[in-house]
Amino acid sequence: MINKFYTKKKSKHKQSPLQRNDRFWGYAFIMPMLIGYSLFVLAPVVATFFIGLTDWSLIRAPEFIGFENFKSLVTDEDFIASVINTLYFTVLLLPSNLILCLALASLLKDKFPGVGFFRTAIFTPVVTSVVVWGIIWKYILQTDNGIINVLLRMMGVKGPQWLFNTSLAIPVVAFVTLIKGLGMNMVILISAMNDVPEMYYEAANLDGANKWRQFRSVTLPLIAPTIFLVIIMTVIGSLKVFGQIYNLTGGGPGNSSYVLVYYIYQQAFQYYEFGYASSVSAILFIIILVLTLAQWNVRKRWVYHEV
Amino acid sequence: MKYNMQKTERSKKIAWKIVKYTICILVSVIMLAPFYWMITTSLKEYSKVLEFPPQFFPNPVVFQNYIDLFRMQPFGLYLWNSIYTASIVTLSVVFFASIAGYAFAKLRFAGNNILFLIILSGMMMPVEITTIPLFIALSKLQLVDTHFPLIVPQIFGYGGAFGVFLMRQFYITVPDELIEAGKIDGCSQPKIFYNIVLPMSTSTIATLVIFTFLQNWNEFFVPLIFLSNSRLFTIPLALSLFTTESGVQWHLIMAAASVATVPVLIVFFFSQRKFIESLAMSGLK
Repeated sequence: MINKFYTKKKSKHKQSPLQRNDRFWGYAFIMPMLIGYSLFVLAPVVATFFIGLTDWSLIRAPEFIGFENFKSLVTDEDFIASVINTLYFTVLLLPSNLILCLALASLLKDKFPGVGFFRTAIFTPVVTSVVVWGIIWKYILQTDNGIINVLLRMMGVKGPQWLFNTSLAIPVVAFVTLIKGLGMNMVILISAMNDVPEMYYEAANLDGANKWRQFRSVTLPLIAPTIFLVIIMTVIGSLKVFGQIYNLTGGGPGNSSYVLVYYIYQQAFQYYEFGYASSVSAILFIIILVLTLAQWNVRKRWVYHEV
Repeated sequence: MKYNMQKTERSKKIAWKIVKYTICILVSVIMLAPFYWMITTSLKEYSKVLEFPPQFFPNPVVFQNYIDLFRMQPFGLYLWNSIYTASIVTLSVVFFASIAGYAFAKLRFAGNNILFLIILSGMMMPVEITTIPLFIALSKLQLVDTHFPLIVPQIFGYGGAFGVFLMRQFYITVPDELIEAGKIDGCSQPKIFYNIVLPMSTSTIATLVIFTFLQNWNEFFVPLIFLSNSRLFTIPLALSLFTTESGVQWHLIMAAASVATVPVLIVFFFSQRKFIESLAMSGLK
């Protein structure tokens, strides 16, 4: 895949008018995208780092203060809570997501009557807006009238306050996110599993390997690059979690479900502390950058190994 | 003996089939039950929503909530705001990304590869990180609380980068001979693109349209930050803000959520292969 990024080497011959024409239209065709990208993506990313070094709020003019924001973050309880909650959320989501997706993908990778329906059903939450998904679950998880607690009451059990309980808030949001995202990873894993050449399984069969052994020794190693991709994507997604938190718990109760993006949102757009919020953005950006680069590098290595 | 082994083998297979279908059905029910609950709630009378024991099927089925929704709230307006911002973004992404993808795939110019990688990096720049500087800049230009931030930055951010990637991957597969033939016939590059290359890429463009429209139809973070005038709200923002108010009218909220979701689901069920393909592609950068 990486190889495709590189087109043919430039020819050393003098350019003909036709080639010059190509060059002109080449630049003309990419220009709008390039300008837009520079203005609306690149410039803001660079600016985030500078704003992070200032004391800048809606009412105060920006003032350069070096790394003061970062120093304050170390002792900021809400920030620490956000970091811990984000990590907690990631730790809850990642293994459960991976195991369930692998299981579902192995189950649904083969054709059998109804497989299309099951795949579609599992993918349905993926195409649903995070707001709608969050609102439906908020409705389902209400303490007094939510259907889950009503069903529990009919069985004689008193359901907990799912969304207003400090120790339940993050696990509940992680569960809701898990169900929403399963279909995506499952589809990616199915396509990787179906790319594994059938002859490996036939060989394993001849060697008398059972299904579980085949999964462990054939499927897993061969789809390892895709699993790695899924892991990185899931981690990046969890680091950016916001919509579910905003709509389900609003960061509460207290700061028990504050996460990084929620904290950025609150500092920047409720308190208008642009400088302080940008320092959090800068940290988040660096983490995502490192993860993405790791993914690109490992993928490249794996791609070469395969050849 | 042999007969017995075959028999256990067969019953094992049947047992596995039963287990497999049980798991699949159970998982599907968990996935679809929230939608069922949303739609049935939207079809209940207000007094029946909180009834105990709960009504698993609305009795009577009423469509009054949908009528109220459009009458009491400027819900049609939110619908329109969502449709038109998502449409403009989608059309623009298709245009800009397909010409750029074509140039990166087929036209030779200095810096082709490096510029492509730069634009591709846009796929990993989360909107959550670019928003603060954009907010500051756009508020200086008086563009906060307009639809500008929902439209223009979205064309060139994640969606645009994905579009360029997707279109380039397709245009690479177009044979060079076709383009050469066009040149020999005296066509200029825009003509070659429009008459020869573009018509070949309709299927890829359909994928891009689905992805971009869905992304923007569902977008929540950007409208939340940039909009405060309720006449500019998109559906997700309106839904979210009405649910955080006290005294939530769930029957109306669920009707609104259904309006926001059911059209998407219908399109999804009919063209799910394209949908799944386009979303899975976006993960496979």
